[in-house]
Amino acid sequence: MRNPFVRYLIQKISWYILAFFVAVSLNFILPRLIPGNPVSVIVNQMATGGVQSDVLERLYSTYMKEFGLDKPLYIQYFNYLRNIFRWNLGTSFMLYPGKVKDLIGRALPWTISLQVPAILSGWIIGNLLGAFSAYKGGKFDSVAFTLSLVFSNIPYYCLAIVFLYLLAVRFGLFPVGGGYSFGIVPTLSLKFIADAIYHYILPYLSMVLVAIGGQAIGMREMSLYELTSDYVNYAKNLGVRDERIIRYVFRNAMLPQITGLAISFGTMMGGALVTESVFSYPGVGSLLFTAIRQSDYPLIQGCTLIITIAVLTANFLVEIAYGFIDPRIRAVQLGER
Amino acid sequence: MKDILILLFRSKRFIVGFVLFLGILSFALIGPMLNPKNPFQMVGGLFSPPSDRFILGTDNLGRDVFTQLMYGTRTSLLIGCTAGVIATTIGVTIGSVAGYKGGIVEEVLMGITNVFITIPSIVILILLSIAIKARSAIVMGLVIGVTAWPWTARAVRAQTSSLKTREHIDIARITGFSSIEMIIYEILPYMFSYIFMAFILQFSGGILNEATLSMLGLGPFQTVSLGVMLHWSLLWEAVRTGAWWAFIPPVICLSITTFSLMSMNSGMDEVFNPRLRRS
Repeated sequence: MRNPFVRYLIQKISWYILAFFVAVSLNFILPRLIPGNPVSVIVNQMATGGVQSDVLERLYSTYMKEFGLDKPLYIQYFNYLRNIFRWNLGTSFMLYPGKVKDLIGRALPWTISLQVPAILSGWIIGNLLGAFSAYKGGKFDSVAFTLSLVFSNIPYYCLAIVFLYLLAVRFGLFPVGGGYSFGIVPTLSLKFIADAIYHYILPYLSMVLVAIGGQAIGMREMSLYELTSDYVNYAKNLGVRDERIIRYVFRNAMLPQITGLAISFGTMMGGALVTESVFSYPGVGSLLFTAIRQSDYPLIQGCTLIITIAVLTANFLVEIAYGFIDPRIRAVQLGER
Repeated sequence: MKDILILLFRSKRFIVGFVLFLGILSFALIGPMLNPKNPFQMVGGLFSPPSDRFILGTDNLGRDVFTQLMYGTRTSLLIGCTAGVIATTIGVTIGSVAGYKGGIVEEVLMGITNVFITIPSIVILILLSIAIKARSAIVMGLVIGVTAWPWTARAVRAQTSSLKTREHIDIARITGFSSIEMIIYEILPYMFSYIFMAFILQFSGGILNEATLSMLGLGPFQTVSLGVMLHWSLLWEAVRTGAWWAFIPPVICLSITTFSLMSMNSGMDEVFNPRLRRS
């Protein structure tokens, strides 16, 4: 415990564990507030579809057992926690007897490979653009700023819909959706990868442009603050070269932007999920879209759980990285202060 | 006050945002009065393109898109405004109490705030919307508002902490104000502009959250909003069948609304933070 870095780490980890438990508890309790017994609601829905009665009975007992709805609430809660730690997320309603964990396991790689590159590259390009336009000023600044303002305020899914319509439906430059073409088996062949990239471009573009705009605005503002600060004036009067000053400014303005990266993982999530369903991209977003339409509660809960885990993990990694990058925190960690 | 208004209207960004917002607002408020049709009534054929009779054509069930657009914008503004008021109120209350009281109160309140900042709000939004079966526009605004406050709380706490050390606070404390009086009379007035800007951000965030939820299929019941219109377009494949009139108008309305709010916010930022002004 005397090592300051370990202390920093433990403090951060305990916050994230707390947040995780709050999220998991909400995930447990909120769907149970739905009036009526969700199992009988679902079974009744299926009954109108003309399923045989013995099948219905089997369904009913499966779900009653899985939810443990006949037991007191706290036992249900502990069962729920135990199942999560065993990665047992239950059985889907709509794709009975498909397991939720398998459905999510199939969708997750698509979502990660779409969102992580889009968020990271949008963040990097946006910061460079923002810093440059703050420094440059004049025409470049006003054009870049206005464009960023416009793009950052178009919701992802709106840009996605416009792109899908114009570039795919109207001009046929890109496929109209999906992660890969029909009739191609997902393997690691060159043909499949090329096809997947072809389907990747539009969803990626519609997310990255918005991300660039948002980050550029934040970075520009931070840089403007730094550019008018005393140390910059002082350095200028000392005759320090411009490039050097920009480097100082960039490093200082960059710090809050790293927190901004952590935030974007959380805030972009909603829009990104909808973007996926616009393109019928085979990720968690499209899965959630269908699950909500079908009132498939186990699948919805599985999706919200995986989203929580993904966002918390991303935030945690960024915060640990921040601890390394910020000289103030680093100094404390190394015991220099 | 008058000086501030003059300054505000010298900011080009504020004027652009303000004019656009007034336009959207009058479209959403006056439109339905002049054109009191039922947005759910089926009046034409499936996906008929724009014509003299239907300025923006009809949707998948033959309903007039232009009428939907007016009512939808109104609902979206209502939800966004409700969410903004709720989120700002909760955020300002928690932030100012935490910042002014300090100590254990601050630790606990900020602890709660940080936990809710860390949990992705879309998850709570989805779960809450599923749990609440009777989702009217106002209820949706409430749901969005109670998930959106943590950022405002954090920012207001920081402002309060720094305001607290000013001299007029000490003087007021000597005259025997209670904590609540102190916050209301001595702290909040000094960050009125800041709170108003936070409200505008929350307003725009509320509209976007409404659209996100509605597009996922968790929109308000028996009401049309911009997000609901987009949800229908997705569900009935308006995009892939090329029925642009069913989804481009709500996209434009949504984008203009959020752009106008952000533009006003950024203009106000320029006026209230002179460091951002470029001479």
